[in-house]
Amino acid sequence: MTQRRVQNMEVTTCLDAHSSKDSYVFKIVLLGSSSVGKSSLAYRYVKKDFRDSLPTVGCSFFTQTLRLDNSTIKLEIWDTAGQEKYHSVCHLYYRGANAAILVYDITKKESLEKAKVWLRELEKEFLQDEIIIVLVGNKVDLSPEREVTLQEAEDFANTKSMLYMETSAKTNHQVTELFTALAHELLKQRQQKEKSLHATHRKKSSIDLQESTFNSIKCCQK
Amino acid sequence: MAADVYKQKNEDVPNGSLVPPDRQHAERSESPTPGLAQGTEPGAGQEGAMFVHAKSYEDLTGADNQDVIPRSPYQTEGAQDELTKMEEISKDFSELSTQLTGIALDLEEEIRQNEEDKLDLSPQASRRDSVLSGEEEEDVTMETWRMHQKHVFVLSEAGKPVYSRYGSEEALSSTMGVMMALVSFLEAEKNAIRSIHADGYKVVFVRRSPLVLVAVAKTRQSEQEIAQELLYIYYQIVSLLTWTQLNRIFQQKQNYDLRRLLAGSERITNNLIDLMARDPSFLMGAARCLPMPAGIRDAVSSCLQQAKAKSLVFAILLSKNQLVSLVRKKDQFLHPIDLHLLFNLISSSSSFREGEAWTPICLPKFNSSGFFHAHISYLEQNTDLCLVLISTDREDFFTVSDCKRKFQERLKKRGVYHALLEALHTPFYSASQVGIPELRHFIYKSKSSGLFTSPEIDVPYITEEEKERLLGLYQYLHSRAHNSSRPLHNIYYTGPNENLLAWVTSAFELYVCFSPLGTKATALTAVNKLMKWIRKEEDQLFILSPQTY
Repeated sequence: MTQRRVQNMEVTTCLDAHSSKDSYVFKIVLLGSSSVGKSSLAYRYVKKDFRDSLPTVGCSFFTQTLRLDNSTIKLEIWDTAGQEKYHSVCHLYYRGANAAILVYDITKKESLEKAKVWLRELEKEFLQDEIIIVLVGNKVDLSPEREVTLQEAEDFANTKSMLYMETSAKTNHQVTELFTALAHELLKQRQQKEKSLHATHRKKSSIDLQESTFNSIKCCQK
Repeated sequence: MAADVYKQKNEDVPNGSLVPPDRQHAERSESPTPGLAQGTEPGAGQEGAMFVHAKSYEDLTGADNQDVIPRSPYQTEGAQDELTKMEEISKDFSELSTQLTGIALDLEEEIRQNEEDKLDLSPQASRRDSVLSGEEEEDVTMETWRMHQKHVFVLSEAGKPVYSRYGSEEALSSTMGVMMALVSFLEAEKNAIRSIHADGYKVVFVRRSPLVLVAVAKTRQSEQEIAQELLYIYYQIVSLLTWTQLNRIFQQKQNYDLRRLLAGSERITNNLIDLMARDPSFLMGAARCLPMPAGIRDAVSSCLQQAKAKSLVFAILLSKNQLVSLVRKKDQFLHPIDLHLLFNLISSSSSFREGEAWTPICLPKFNSSGFFHAHISYLEQNTDLCLVLISTDREDFFTVSDCKRKFQERLKKRGVYHALLEALHTPFYSASQVGIPELRHFIYKSKSSGLFTSPEIDVPYITEEEKERLLGLYQYLHSRAHNSSRPLHNIYYTGPNENLLAWVTSAFELYVCFSPLGTKATALTAVNKLMKWIRKEEDQLFILSPQTY
């Protein structure tokens, strides 16, 4: 896993340097069929703008730094191409990801089916607690042409214990919220992991103590 | 021969008309005479070339093989042959006038009257089919569709549509079926269809297993040129998939629908076809450099060279299809076709302007069986400076991305970034800077460096049609000069609107457009003067000292 934890180095320099709190780097990958709005979501979030974009070639890399609960979080966003010819290389991009955003177009039923395919791919690659997956129905600005109901997608997300959200990159609906929520979730998960790691550390250290006493006994016995 | 090449006298270069030279001028011949050996012509690199030596129509004039054999990356094809032809080029400049081939035919008239038959001397021209297949009638409903200047179709050997420049592939599946039938019909006789000439149209077939490419054109291009364009399209498809993958797919499933894999990249192919119609780079098989002071370019190149990584093979800095700098791994050469494909990829997508792209790409002339990974990004979102870093290691994104950062830091630290941006403001020079009144435009290609230079197309070629017409004239001269059965070295063409001169030696190619009032004699003096000017300006117009890793 490439969960890289950067201590006060590059991330904090671009924000207030005096915050000696923790810094985290999370890798997020955007997956989904072509022209569902993966690049537009990334572009809206990172550049705060919208434009009709052309199909992505290979994959685009963005970074965005944000602060949450006294922590500095750097999101590395890998925006993949939805075209089939890049599928053979896509595993390169999602390998080591901390989170995946599965994007579908609410006006295209088949794009949800494709998202399910991506989910299966991810399930093959990751253990359940290794990756946070968000299902995102994009293009809510086109809701009159909706083909996938909120209920349907939500139910699906629940059965697979994914987070779920509907967004519009065009009208800037819930885009920042999506990434912030995801960052929150990632942070929570990471801190929990660290806590449990600490706990085991403490447990381990107590064992160590016992061991050392045992050793010392041994020593004494000697 | 070659008496004044690399003269011993240390010439003092007078102030150039572009930017004052800020670099010690090397001892190079002031006036390139026909005795000029390859590698000493204006624009020739001082430390060897950056590119694989490319001949015109090399793929077509080479072994008439249906299957493309992946080429060795180290192959410098044709270099030897060129050297043996050295004596041929030792004719004096004065001979030029006597050798000029006057072609006083008005080109447009010639096309209109459909008299290509008289001019087209290629052997394949004898094999022609006067029957234009019934495919045209099938699309009578779409008159505008039929009116297009050039159609391009790509199909699989099973006759399945892969790409069509205009119209949907589904609607054309029967048309493409007919095309495949024509190809197969002749193949059954152990023969190959190359072209059909009828009704002012040229239907050109290129077969590169497992694909068949067909163009239906009523442009004034020669069959060879159209075939060359089709080959470019073939390479473009290979650059997305690799030759190996392409073949494997069709070996496994003969009637595979390749459009599935190519979905989303039609615009790359569309862009390529459009670009070929207006950018002489493709015709020349060479790259155009952004004119800039040699000192700045060298500084940029060395910054680029210093930002290296183990897996980096090529680093290319470009601005709007013009080369600024190219650094390559020692002993690795880029092929102009591969460079053009990169240029086309970049110009066909605005998505590179944001973020950093990391994409698998096959450079078919370098190695058609595998993918490189290209890091593509603009230096700043609002400049046209695009950096392409080509790596062999797909895992190396962060390392390569770091190279870009280092390069940018170095540029700023050395204070050349500003000067570089400055050079972007004048991406073209004017033909009037040469100081020859009757000179309108020219294209000069240095064969050994694979680079060419050309001024801005200016008055009277203002409209897009006029510009394309001029390029069409160059195309015509080029096809005459490179006709496989009867190549010409010197051509003087007198038309109603302009006079043109083409001069092709083993070291360089020169195509010049003069006002129609000039004479052959003035044209010859002008060419001499022009060559001197190019020599004087060469360090601005070309990359003379390419860097390697």
